[in-house]
Order: sequence, then structure tokens, then C-alpha cells
Amino acid sequence: MDAVVRLRSAVCLLGRFPALAGVDLVVARGETLLVAGANGAGKTTLLRALAGLVPVVAGEASVLGYDLRRDRRGVRCRVGVLGHGPALYDDLTVADNLRFWSRAGGAPAAVLSGALARFGLDGRLADVPAARLSAGQRRRTALAILVARAPELWLLDEPHAGLDAAGRNVLDDLVREVTAAGATVVLASHEPDRAAALASRTVLLAGGRITEAGPFPAGLVGEPPRAEPVHVA
Amino acid sequence: MWRDALLVAGKDLRIEARSRVATNQVAPFAVLVLVLFAFALDPDRGLLTRAAAGLFWVAVLFSALLAVQRAQTVESGEGTGDALRLSGLDPAGIFLGKAGAVVVQLFALELLLGAGVVVLYGVDPAGYAALGATAVAATLGLAAAGTLYGALATGSRGRETLLPLLLLPAVAPVLIAATRASEAALGIGGLDVAPGDWLALLGVFAVVYVAFGVVAFGPLMEEE
Repeated sequence: MDAVVRLRSAVCLLGRFPALAGVDLVVARGETLLVAGANGAGKTTLLRALAGLVPVVAGEASVLGYDLRRDRRGVRCRVGVLGHGPALYDDLTVADNLRFWSRAGGAPAAVLSGALARFGLDGRLADVPAARLSAGQRRRTALAILVARAPELWLLDEPHAGLDAAGRNVLDDLVREVTAAGATVVLASHEPDRAAALASRTVLLAGGRITEAGPFPAGLVGEPPRAEPVHVA
Repeated sequence: MWRDALLVAGKDLRIEARSRVATNQVAPFAVLVLVLFAFALDPDRGLLTRAAAGLFWVAVLFSALLAVQRAQTVESGEGTGDALRLSGLDPAGIFLGKAGAVVVQLFALELLLGAGVVVLYGVDPAGYAALGATAVAATLGLAAAGTLYGALATGSRGRETLLPLLLLPAVAPVLIAATRASEAALGIGGLDVAPGDWLALLGVFAVVYVAFGVVAFGPLMEEE
């Protein structure tokens, strides 16, 4: 079993504040990891660091084989991020947005209609400008873009937020499907009951560190040590 | 890089076509600037004709500011900046695409303003080849510099007011050279200088800013 994510004493700064203050984490391929924690614990920064959007300034960090200390751009086109914002162009239609982001990521055109249909965005809704969508529909569109791009590592920040019951079920099915197909999912959520049912493991993040970690999958080598204090100037 | 540039330019132009900001706001603003110059200098028709080239390029410059501002604003939606960085698109391609979309809008605007100068200022069109070359070189320079400084201002507090402060001094050579080249092509302004000299300056400016943008846009996108 190989590790998709390996962090050892990883530190990320937001300005001069250590949003991640020495995180140790290993995530295996096909795993669904839930990152729980209070507001400001560093969950979003952790996901952004894994995506190569925030530099890791100390420690070791490797995602999908890319050393994030040396090259954090290479990994980006292989991860998919569902952040707080839906990353849609308001003046473009749902279909236009999907088409643009899919082409940008090199996704084949054949997957677009399936991605739209999966989230109930086909038909008339496909031609509606993103600005006129509800928050839930915008969330569905962002998820459809991820489906079309088919990343190897899914980084989902509060993925259930804004979705109705049907949308949440579709999302849960999607997470189970992609992990069964070999993709890896790291999700941060304030809804532990819903998210924990999806997760194969849960870690608790507090003060920029993982304070509680579940058991690591069998066969995974190089388990990280417990976090040591990290002093950042 | 070129595939990415075409993709981004197509996206930006589609956004402009859908939002109609360029046609309903930028173009009327540019025409309004021409009309206001005409009101201010109307008693002296000869002065208006002699200054036509400079007034034309000032109107283009102000409109370019709006077009560049708009091109950056569409990327300021929630999460779109991160999504662009995650997209796998080549930053150089993104720069060329965004600058290319601004070029297309400015060309359309220059045609409109050119007609306005003929009608309102009484300019007799002449030297079409030199005028066309001037428009191409100046527009490329304006769009490249505007896109670069627009990216630089993005993320700064008060970026709307910062962009003109950064861009206007930087493109002053374009304003001067484009005005002189246009005057030389039209045979107005009284300067005995061939348009080729000014065209060369415009060409160098455009090449420098396009090259600089291709290299620098990636690091600028990384700035948060």
C-alpha cells in the first residue's frame, strides 16, 4: 500500500502565523481521511498545502510523489479542490464553466454530459449563468467540474455545506465510488456525523497540529512520529 | 502555451459577450471622452483637428484601463484564482490569453473611436498602413503592460485605484509614440519625423512587455 500524502513536521505560515505548526500525516491511496477540528484549527490550510497552493516552509511534505518543498506546482493538476468558493465565472453558464475548467485540465469532452447529469445540472440548468444559481447549485457545479477532471487526490473543504439532502447523498456516493476506484479523499468538515460515516480514518487538528490520529492502515510504512514542538520565527 | 492562451482568451471574450460590459460601459465611456474633448475645444476647430491623434490615444488609454480592470475582476470571484493555479494551465498561456482578449476589445474600440475622430474632429483619414501598424503595436503594448500591472495590483488593498497609478506612468511612452506616429501618418502635428521611428519604439515596448509578462506572470499568480 503506497502513501499519497506524507507530511513530517510540516509547517505552513499565513503571514508570520504558523497555521500548520508541525503536522505529521500519512494518507494511503484509496483512503478517505476526515480532518476534524474547530474553526481556525488549520483544516483549510492543510488542504491548501496538500494542493500546493500554500508553501510548506519547514519539515517534509510529499503529495503524489511530488516534494512540495521543491516543486509545489507539479502536483496541482493531479489534485482536485472543493474549497469554500465554487470557482465559477458568474457570466458563464453552467455548461461553459464546466467546459472551460475541464479543457484546462485536459479532461475529455465526452465526460462533460455525464458530470452534468450526475448532479442534476443537465437540461435547462446547463444554460443558466452561474450568477443565477443557488448556493447549492453552485456547489453541485463545482463538484461536477471535479468529476470531469477526475483527480487522483480529492481535497474537499466542508463538502456538504450548502447541499440539500439529495445532493449530500450524491456526494457521499461519489466519494465512495472514487475511493473504490483508487482515488484518495481528504475532507475537512464540521459535520462529524455525516463525514465520519464516509471516512476510513479521522484525525483531529488543533492549533495547527494533529492532536489525535486514528490507526494507520495496515502495511503502510514510515508512520510519522507524534508532533514535536516547532518554533517558527 | 498557445492552446492555453486560446482557451483563456476565448473564455474572457465569451464573458464579455455575455456580460456586455465592454459594449454597454467601456465603449460609451470612450465615446464620451471624445465628445467631452470636442466640447472643451470646439471653439477652435483647428486645434481639435491638430490634437486629434493625442486625444484619440488618451481615450484609448482610459478605456484600456477599464478593460484591464475588468479582465482582472472576472478572476476575483470566490476560488477562481486558486482554480486557475490548480488548472494545469501554463501561466504564460494565461497571460497571453488575457492580454489577447484585451487586444481584441481594444481593436474594436479603436475602430469606433477612429470613426468618432473623423466625424467629431474633422480629421481626413490618410496613411492607413502606418495607422494600422501603429494601432497594432500600441495595442499590443497597452494590453501586455495592462495585464501585467493588473496582475501585480490584484490582491493589493485598493487595487482599483492602484492600477492606474502603476499603469499610466508605465505606458506614457506608448501614448507619446502612438500619438506622434499617428500624427505623422495623418500629416498633422507639424513634426518632420517619419512614423517608422515611433513605430519602432512601440514595437520594442510591446515586445519587452509581452516577453516580461510571459516570464513574470507565473510568479505574480503565486503572490497572495
